[in-house]
Amino acid sequence: MARKPTTHDPFNAVAEPKRRRILEVLGKQEQAVNELVETLGWSQPTVSKHLRVLKEVGLVSDRREGRQRIYRLNPERLKPIYEWVAPFERYWSERFERLDEVLEGIQEKEK
Amino acid sequence: MSAGKNKTTVTAEPGKQEVFITREFDAPRELVFKAHTDPDLYAQWLGPRGYEMVLETFEPHSGGRYRYIHKDPQGNQYGFHGVFHEISEELMIQTFEFEGLPERGHVTLDTMRLEKLPGDRTRITVQSVFQSVEDRDGMIQSGMERGVREGYERLDERLAELLAEQPLRG
Repeated sequence: MARKPTTHDPFNAVAEPKRRRILEVLGKQEQAVNELVETLGWSQPTVSKHLRVLKEVGLVSDRREGRQRIYRLNPERLKPIYEWVAPFERYWSERFERLDEVLEGIQEKEK
Repeated sequence: MSAGKNKTTVTAEPGKQEVFITREFDAPRELVFKAHTDPDLYAQWLGPRGYEMVLETFEPHSGGRYRYIHKDPQGNQYGFHGVFHEISEELMIQTFEFEGLPERGHVTLDTMRLEKLPGDRTRITVQSVFQSVEDRDGMIQSGMERGVREGYERLDERLAELLAEQPLRG
């Protein structure tokens, strides 16, 4: 499966651990760039570079507040990333539920 | 009933070749291990509900082989096989290949750890390593694809029936 460039594909955008860290922080509360720099302890250019990618794929959006730019998470854009493992997760859930039943059966017998 | 209380967690990071599956069980480790190595018990739970399970070969020891077939209610058969590398109560390592793929040799290496938890409970963690990111993503999405394909197959059958009922006009 060919992947689109990072700047068009939320899957690739979250492949970078630093960007996932930013999403985690913004998931708790919206923050200005300088606040992110302080929270994460990275340089301002690093934070800005990753924010730009996240913004281009729509995972975060920003607004102006005075001289600052406030960034916030767009959780609905993360949905497809969680949903793509859902059928696989269902397969394993079902399989393990049957294992639960087998284990319960053995334990009943041993009582 | 404890079923449904313990959640199955699947972690598949984008761009990686592996998948992690974690699940806890309300049973001691020796029992969870037994359910993985006793052929009668294993056949009872392995695979999707409603499928018939045929454990054709099952040699749960280091170097042993396994092959099983799932048969769905429509009579389709899905074969899987591999080799056991390590079998102990703490660690089970095996290769895994689905025989229904268009090309042979897409093997995963599955490592399962069984951890004792307090209160006679057990945590299983499976790490499945694929040969490529494409293989992994294909496997993850195959659940969805299968659903779609089955839908189309049923539609094809229905269309064939309708055509058969329809008198041909010259």
